[in-house]
Order: sequence, then C-alpha cells, then structure tokens
Amino acid sequence: MKKAILSLILFSGMCFQLHAQKIYSTKTGQIKFNASSPLEKVAAVNDQVDSKMVDKTGQIVFSVLIKSFRFENQLMEDHFNENYMESSKFPKAEFRGYITNASTLNFAKDGKYPVNFDGTLTIHGVQQKVTASGIMAIEGAKPTISGLFKVKIKDYGITGSYIGNKIADEAEISVNCKYE
Amino acid sequence: MKLFVRMIRFQGGLIALLIGICATAFKANAQNVDLFKMQDEQNKKDAKEKTDITTSIFKTTRLINGQSIENTGAGILDLKISHRFGTVNSGAYNFYGLDQASMRIGLDYGITDRLEIGVGRSTYNKEFDGFFKLRILRQSTGKVNMPISISIASTAMLSTIKGPSVSYPINFSDHLNFANQVLIARKFGDYFSFQLTPTMVHYNIVATKAIPNDLYSLGTGFRLRLSKRVNLTGEYYYQQHPLQGYHNPVSLGFDIETGGHVFQLHFTNSTGINERSFITQTDGRWQNGAVHFGFNISRVFTIVKRKSVK
Repeated sequence: MKKAILSLILFSGMCFQLHAQKIYSTKTGQIKFNASSPLEKVAAVNDQVDSKMVDKTGQIVFSVLIKSFRFENQLMEDHFNENYMESSKFPKAEFRGYITNASTLNFAKDGKYPVNFDGTLTIHGVQQKVTASGIMAIEGAKPTISGLFKVKIKDYGITGSYIGNKIADEAEISVNCKYE
Repeated sequence: MKLFVRMIRFQGGLIALLIGICATAFKANAQNVDLFKMQDEQNKKDAKEKTDITTSIFKTTRLINGQSIENTGAGILDLKISHRFGTVNSGAYNFYGLDQASMRIGLDYGITDRLEIGVGRSTYNKEFDGFFKLRILRQSTGKVNMPISISIASTAMLSTIKGPSVSYPINFSDHLNFANQVLIARKFGDYFSFQLTPTMVHYNIVATKAIPNDLYSLGTGFRLRLSKRVNLTGEYYYQQHPLQGYHNPVSLGFDIETGGHVFQLHFTNSTGINERSFITQTDGRWQNGAVHFGFNISRVFTIVKRKSVK
C-alpha cells in the first residue's frame, strides 16, 4: 500500500515535471518607433508593452496600445493617432508568433542567445507575415528579449502625403522586454 | 478493527486524491498553453476594463475666435498669430478689406495636460489679455464611459486705448473686463464634434445704468471632418442682451493640418479677437457683407520634453 502511494506521488511529480511549461510575461516592456527623416524627427516610445512567451514551445505574443506611444510633443501624438494609426478604430498593434529556435534556449543558464521570430504582425488592422531576429539574454532565470526590425508603413494600409517625405517610408521598431 | 478500517478509508481517500491530482496535471498539460487564445481573451477584457480617452475633439485650442475644448499639451509653448483683414464690402479702394488688419499675438503654454495658460495682445482697443483653461471632465469610453468633455476658461482683459477725457476719476480697474466660460463638447464618431459654450462677459464699467455689467451668451461650435487634413468649422454666439449697435458673431472656416501645426482660415463678422470684443462687440453683419477674411497660425515649441522620449 505504502509503495503504491509512494509510486503515485513520484508519478504525479514526474508528470508535472515532464509537461511543465512556464509562461514568462511582462506588462512594462518597451517598444521604440522611429520613422524620422532628415526633415523631421518622428520617434516615439511605448513603455507599456504587454508580452508573454512560453519557454518550451517558443510561442510569443506582443501587444501594445497605440495611444500609449509617447512622442516629443502632444501634437505629433494627436496626428499619429488620428490621421495615421486611426487608433479609435484600431486601438492595438500585435505580434503573434514563435521563437523558431526555442529548443536551443536554456532558460536555466545565464547567457546570451540569438533568437529568431516568425509570426504575424498586426498594425492598423492589417496583418503581415514577419520574420525578425534578436537576442535573448538570460540572467538569473529571467529572460530579456531585444530586437530591431523594420516595417514598410504603406504595407499596413497607413497613408498620408508626408510618408516618404517628412516621414520615412520604413519605420524602425526596436523591442526591449524584460520578462518575469 | 475500527482503527484499521479508518486507516484503509484514509489511504483509499489519499490514493483517490493523488490519482485526481495526477489526472488534472495531465489534463492541464495535455493541451499546450495557447498564448494566442489568452491574448484574444485579454483583448476582450481590456476593451471593457480600460478607459479610452477621446482625443482631438477639435483640431486646435481655438475654434475660430473663441476657446475650444482642446488644451495645449504639457510643456508645449504655442505662439499664436491671429489676423483679421478689413470687411469684404469695403470696396476695391481698400482691396476688399485686405488693406486693413486687426490682429492678436499670443503665447499659450500647457502647465499640465489639464491646465493651460496664455497671454495676448490685440490691436483692437489695444488690449492685453490673460487666461487659463482647465479640463474638468474628459470624454471617454471603456471602463469609464463619459459622454462629454467639460472645461472651464476664464479670461481677463485690460484695455489700454486712450478714451475721451471725462470729468470723473478713472481707476485702473475701470479698464478691466472679464469673460468666464464653461466649455461642453462631444465628438460624435471621427467626423463630427460639437461644442456648447455658456459665457458670461463682465464689464467693470459700462456707459449707462441701463446696460448690465454682466452679459450672458451661449456659444455653439462644430467641426466637420472633410478629409484627413481639412476640417470645416463654425462658431456662433447667441447673446441675451446684445449691446446697442453690435450683433451676434457668426464665423465659418477651415482647419488645415500641416504637419506640426494647424492653419485656420475663416470668414467672420467680428473685428476683435479676444472674448470681450468678439462676443459683445461684433459690429459687422453677414447680410451686409461686413465680413472679415482672417487666419490663425500657430507654431509650437517643445519647452519641457517628456521624460521617456529623451
């Protein structure tokens, strides 16, 4: 009887260990956006990035409120929301995808690992397939992801005569998220 | 014996419990955690639990002559130059009004996102003015559902024009006039906004006893979006007791967004630009063609940069 109980305890412990998936998350990640041209500085920061990732599957999600991008002045912010992003219609931008090399990551060991992302980026209600690469730094079992990629503004149905003139064609998006 | 049975029962219970835990552990992990589904749920929750403040009810801090519900952002200095030409009906000799000008030059500054102050100087009656505008309520959707935005604005005006000499002593306070306004506005969708502006203009001194010191009026204004960059605007003040020889101000114009600032072009029957002069001393009438072409231009300077964007 005691053996049976013991083996059951062991077994249940094992099945926990085998299938344990850890979700790392943050609500204070940072995304910087830069579409500056020689004529004008068009840059903003969002410090309220919501991101989650699963260690085993490499599944990863980033979500940002467009209205929480902060520009140098409020007027630019108003124009960004009203004329370009139409944030009352499309309040969020999202990335849903996978870290394709998740199996090479060891979350228990400190170090820096190159990571590749593959997924769908939704901005202004338009979905586009995106691949990007970045670096995952693990320190004390807490991963930090940083990466940089470019998006063509017109690919997302965002229009305006200033794009390609005062505003760059391509926006540089840099991500820095520290997970817990 | 009883103890033995109890032991068996206890152990049986324990085993059942362990099997249960094990089964739920399997169940939880058999299907992988799906972040995409979690995100969908999160989005639904956010839509209900987050408050989304309605922005850009109007395009700039002035509707045409009067205050709009919008404020200058925190740390931003706005240099405003408002210009009204002469009346269109003044004939070819005055080049249909373009030979003459009435103007106001002013500086507005946002102390916080809710509080704006400003000073200005108008050529009409050589007046200085100073004002503050404070947001009380902001239109929003989501967790807090606020149908309207409300602000208050208060302006003090000092007239420095030399009057005719009079037999009684003139005090400094006799040159001061005030305007107090409540701004109530709502944005209906992306295309249309409306504002109501109950106003009280106070004259410290009036010409005769019959004229009240406090003059009440109700302002109305709208913005209609014509395209991404062009908006049609209109402004009208109904006065309870118009001063003799003066009329209600009616203005129509366009707000044109040009990158960093908004350019306003309009036709108005008011000559003066501050609250006292345009609300209570509008001398022109539209039906006579006594209408001024005018424009407001503004240039913003970022004085205090936001911490996060350095």
